[in-house]
Amino acid sequence: MTELVDSTNSSESYTMTESAVPNISAGDGPLKMTTRNVDVFYGDKQAINGVSIDVTMDNVTAFIGPSGCGKSTFLRCLNRMNDTIPIAKVTGEITLEGEDIYAAKMDVVQLRARVGMVFQKPNPFPKSIYDNIAYGPRIHGLATSKDELDNIVETSLQRAGLWREVQDRLQDSGTALSGGQQQRLCIARAIAVDPEVILMDEPCSALDPIATAKIEELIHELRGKYAIVIVTHNMQQAARVSQRTAFFHLGTLVEYGVTSDIFTNPTQEKTRDYITGRYG
Amino acid sequence: MANTGTEHTVKAFDTDINELRGMVAEIGGRSEQAIAKAMRALEKHDLKLAAEVVAEDKIIDELEKRIDELTFQTIALRAPMADDLRELIATFKISGVVERIGDYAKNIAKRVPVIAGTHKLGPASLLPSMSNIASELVRDSLEAFARRDADLALEVSERDQIVDDFYTSIFRSVITYMIENPKDIGEAAHLLFIAKNLERIGDHATNVAEMVYFAARGEPMPERDRGENPTDLLEEPSNGK
Ligand SMILES: Nc1ncnc2c1ncn2[C@@H]1O[C@H](COP(=O)(O)OP(=O)(O)OP(=O)(O)O)[C@@H](O)[C@H]1O
Ligand SMILES: [Mg+2]
Repeated sequence: MTELVDSTNSSESYTMTESAVPNISAGDGPLKMTTRNVDVFYGDKQAINGVSIDVTMDNVTAFIGPSGCGKSTFLRCLNRMNDTIPIAKVTGEITLEGEDIYAAKMDVVQLRARVGMVFQKPNPFPKSIYDNIAYGPRIHGLATSKDELDNIVETSLQRAGLWREVQDRLQDSGTALSGGQQQRLCIARAIAVDPEVILMDEPCSALDPIATAKIEELIHELRGKYAIVIVTHNMQQAARVSQRTAFFHLGTLVEYGVTSDIFTNPTQEKTRDYITGRYG
Repeated sequence: MANTGTEHTVKAFDTDINELRGMVAEIGGRSEQAIAKAMRALEKHDLKLAAEVVAEDKIIDELEKRIDELTFQTIALRAPMADDLRELIATFKISGVVERIGDYAKNIAKRVPVIAGTHKLGPASLLPSMSNIASELVRDSLEAFARRDADLALEVSERDQIVDDFYTSIFRSVITYMIENPKDIGEAAHLLFIAKNLERIGDHATNVAEMVYFAARGEPMPERDRGENPTDLLEEPSNGK
């Protein structure tokens, strides 16, 4: 792991442009998560190859890249969702606040509360809106009274920008909401357990432009309260919502940098070809 | 990451970009020609040719508008990124600058009827060489655009010094001439304005070169050390119109 960190500073890589080791860190801000030399295999097929990246607290980080390049696979490493896939094997080091999340003593349920996830398809539980939000705080023992729980539900829905739309029908089923509302409900559900990081895998791909804009606005508002990592196929969306962008290709991290640099002047030809629509 | 001109997956995008590049080449060619014609009209005191330059400036203005429209449209519809975005922004700005170059040529042409014998004044002998170099800068800056050649662009901006030096030298000799020939002050003043127009054309060619450089490299062109120019202080904030 340390070799990789060192090699970015060596004079050798300094002169390389096309095949340089990508930046691990894209600027400043307190580190939230780090990954070093992460490999992921599905059986004997390698899906992620030596990815080292720092995720900072103050920035929204976007993962972009062609379909099948491993964005979701890598994102799922960050809260050990890959554990649920029997043939998946993850190696390398991933830390949250300096703690190795793959260490034996790590409580995975606890980890997934600290690193929440929002999926491409909204997946509310077939329960009331209230219970969708209250479920996490209940199992994690975050509320000691009904009032406290009510409070968490309201705050979470407010932060997710959904409160005004649902405050009068908290007992309605979560699945009766529109797609965009369901997605905000899922974000509220992630927020309710007071996470440190929120991972979003193409959260807007099933939404119309207005519902999408609401989610994007929400991401802006949540920035800084949580470290946010978003996978998106929509280049404009990555440009709009993130401050850091990582470009993946065939399981490797090609380029990681300040979003405005990536979209105006990427350093790697592969990145350029992808974001300008010259890919394949 | 420079633009290598590789095709886009959506071919219609390449069609738009190529159409724009073609129009920039055309507006550039027309402005360069306008300078040459205006100078010829001046030398030969050819009023018809001068009128032609003034009339043809409308075509240049029209081209600028079309370039702006297509650039806007392309940015809105194709949401370009990276080198594509830089190139479109450059196209947009270059068309504006080149249109101004056309205005300077028109300005020179407009002086032809009002000055009878300026070309006979001693200091005027430097004007043709000065205008040759200014036109060359315009041509090369547009060639740099066509080839996406940052090195040529850099070279253009360096060569602008020659035009500046010409201007300084003409400025000095015109002042001396005015002192020695007070009766010709009016005509000599026109000569000075023409030299100033040519000097501005050189500056504008440099602006084009700077944009070409930025579009190609993604970073601003390194600053050129111009040194002190005593005539800078006399610069009127003219817009050439
Ligand atoms: N559960 C799985 N079992 C086996 N292979 C998988 C599994 N999930 C993903 N893969 C493979 O791993 C590679 C990376 O897939 P992944 O879903 O991470 O890509 P992605 O970048 O998220 O793509 P997309 O943009 O289409 O969502 C692909 O080749 C895919 O076929
Ligand atoms: Mg995916």
